[in-house]
Amino acid sequence: MDVMAIIRIAMRALARNKMRSSLTMLGIIIGVGAVIAMVSVGQGAQQQAQQQIAAMGSNILFVGSGTVTRGGMRMGSGATKTLIYEDMLAILRECPAVQAAAPGSQSSAQVVYGNDNWATQINGTEPQYFDIRTWPFQQGSSFTPNDVDMAANVAVIGETVRKNLFGATDPVGETIRISNLPFKVVGVLAPKGTSAAMGQDQDDVIIVPITTLQKKITGQDWLRWIMVSAISREASYTAQQQITSLLRDRHRIRSGQDDDFMVRNLADVADLADQQARLFTVLLASIASISLIVGGIGIMNIMLVSVTERTREIGIRMAIGATEGDVQQQFLIEAVVLSLVGGAVGIMSGVGASYLITQTLGWPVLVSPTAIVAAVVFSMAVGIFFGFYPARKAARMDPIEALRYE
Amino acid sequence: MATISQPDVHVNAPGAHGTIIEIDDVHKYYDLGETRVHALRGVSLQIERGEFVAIMGASGSGKSTFMNILGCLDKPTSGRYLLEGIEASSLSKKELAAIRNRKIGFVFQGFNLLSRTTALENVELPTLYAHISKEESRKRSEQALQLVGLGDRTMHFPSQLSGGQQQRVAIARGLVNRPSILLADEPTGNLDSRTSVEIMDIFQRLNGDGLTVVLVTHEPDVAQFAKRSIEFRDGKIRRDEPIHDRPIAADVLKNMPTLED
Ligand SMILES: Nc1ncnc2c1ncn2[C@@H]1O[C@H](COP(=O)(O)OP(=O)(O)OP(=O)(O)O)[C@@H](O)[C@H]1O
Ligand SMILES: [Mg+2]
Repeated sequence: MDVMAIIRIAMRALARNKMRSSLTMLGIIIGVGAVIAMVSVGQGAQQQAQQQIAAMGSNILFVGSGTVTRGGMRMGSGATKTLIYEDMLAILRECPAVQAAAPGSQSSAQVVYGNDNWATQINGTEPQYFDIRTWPFQQGSSFTPNDVDMAANVAVIGETVRKNLFGATDPVGETIRISNLPFKVVGVLAPKGTSAAMGQDQDDVIIVPITTLQKKITGQDWLRWIMVSAISREASYTAQQQITSLLRDRHRIRSGQDDDFMVRNLADVADLADQQARLFTVLLASIASISLIVGGIGIMNIMLVSVTERTREIGIRMAIGATEGDVQQQFLIEAVVLSLVGGAVGIMSGVGASYLITQTLGWPVLVSPTAIVAAVVFSMAVGIFFGFYPARKAARMDPIEALRYE
Repeated sequence: MATISQPDVHVNAPGAHGTIIEIDDVHKYYDLGETRVHALRGVSLQIERGEFVAIMGASGSGKSTFMNILGCLDKPTSGRYLLEGIEASSLSKKELAAIRNRKIGFVFQGFNLLSRTTALENVELPTLYAHISKEESRKRSEQALQLVGLGDRTMHFPSQLSGGQQQRVAIARGLVNRPSILLADEPTGNLDSRTSVEIMDIFQRLNGDGLTVVLVTHEPDVAQFAKRSIEFRDGKIRRDEPIHDRPIAADVLKNMPTLED
């Protein structure tokens, strides 16, 4: 019996129970659609993360204060007061792999402009910070080294702050109040988006001279962090070692004791973020695969019902000369047609869903051809796997018993 | 199985002779837990090529059981069955399927047509398993339907056909692969007397063309059209005799009132 004839018989059998066939297919449609959409979303996230990290500069190192173990408890960043401005100068002086460094202090405050106010993070640093982070300005410019020396009341604002406080008004030259002190806005940073590594809105920030923040707002003279750029991406690992041993030395940490600071290499963070995005993809794909398996079980269920219902037909076919193989093939092909048609519709809805999701999130659209091929192969495999048992059951029937079946 | 795949010429070769069916001391039990139903208790029989045998007997006497064994649908519990000289029990399931497909035409007690499938497609069914080209299969099926007088009902579904018409579709299906034996289990079971005679006319004509016909019936009126009559009782053959001066169904039909009268 040729395959075309069997496929025609299968199609006809399925068309006879349109509602049932489409509901069965729905399981596969959702499964395949979910796999494709989830893999695409995962890969989109991965690429998004890579792009963001590339934009951040992968030769950057972040030196944070704190993370010291006290009585077995690990303290968070900023819990110690040991990181100081002189440490930064020493890093610049004594670490050959380091190109530039900017000190950082941090606070949060309520910011007021006219009738609008906004709670945001206030960072204090020096102008080279913007170069290290390769962070351009959309309006105005950075404050100057002179502003730092004078502890001037000037501020650079991020895009989120601009949107919330100023709307359509040009912020440059306007005065805002931070913790009730007046600050002149000198520049607006270009939007950077959500950080893939930290998962926070990088544009929700105000940056002021570090001296201003330390003297007029926090009253603290130690640093929260130092942002360092290495001379190259490769050199960032060397820089990490040089900074670590220098700071241990300066902070008089004996061997065996934990650091009272941490050095994070963004190349590491990039790898980590990439790894996380990969894991995320795998996780999403596995969850989606489960729905494909559930769809397959649906096929098996319907095929079993169908085999029972059509016992008499099976008996007739066998009595007039169908072999076990013929009957098995017929039901197997029916299951495969179900899953493949479901798979085809699933691919279309999966691709549609991927576009929708990635568009909404503003990520690059990445419909993975691998995912599509995998979905087709997988849904066919599901059809064969879950169709096999019912088909086998049909083929094993005794023709006489089957003909007697009421 | 060279003998199976050879094109069958018997239908068109009335001269061919020899034993086609040989049954030797066949028993059939059905085990139903504690009880055992003894459906056939030692049946021996020979049927020559070109014979037309009517099997009679009370309900439960084992006629259908016997036909199923002849049709290679079922196997005897003991005893031998030679079909064209070949021991049926020595054949694989696949070979048996091929025999059912090409050597034997089976008309079931109850029509056993596929519902929601047209008459033509029902008739075509056996050709699907016979490796025949699509065109040839369509041609043969139309011919078979014409032979049973249903050339104008090819696209009807079984539910749109009368009992007699459904029975003819079943007969056409039995003939489409040009078998050498036609086995019919109560082909006139629920039909009126005129339709029964019409069916017997078809059988007589096919038999005249060389087809070996074995038919089960309750009705002596139907059995009289055969050449040989066998009676079953309690799983055994009680009587086996030739029929002399059998009527020709076509002549009987001429003297019968038609439906319109
Ligand atoms: N599958 C089966 N399981 C158990 N007993 C069976 C089975 N098939 C047939 N029998 C028994 O075998 C005996 C013969 O049955 P069979 O169907 O051959 O009778 P029959 O002569 O064809 O009767 P009828 O004229 O009513 O069709 C009966 O007693 C029946 O109950
Ligand atoms: Mg019977």
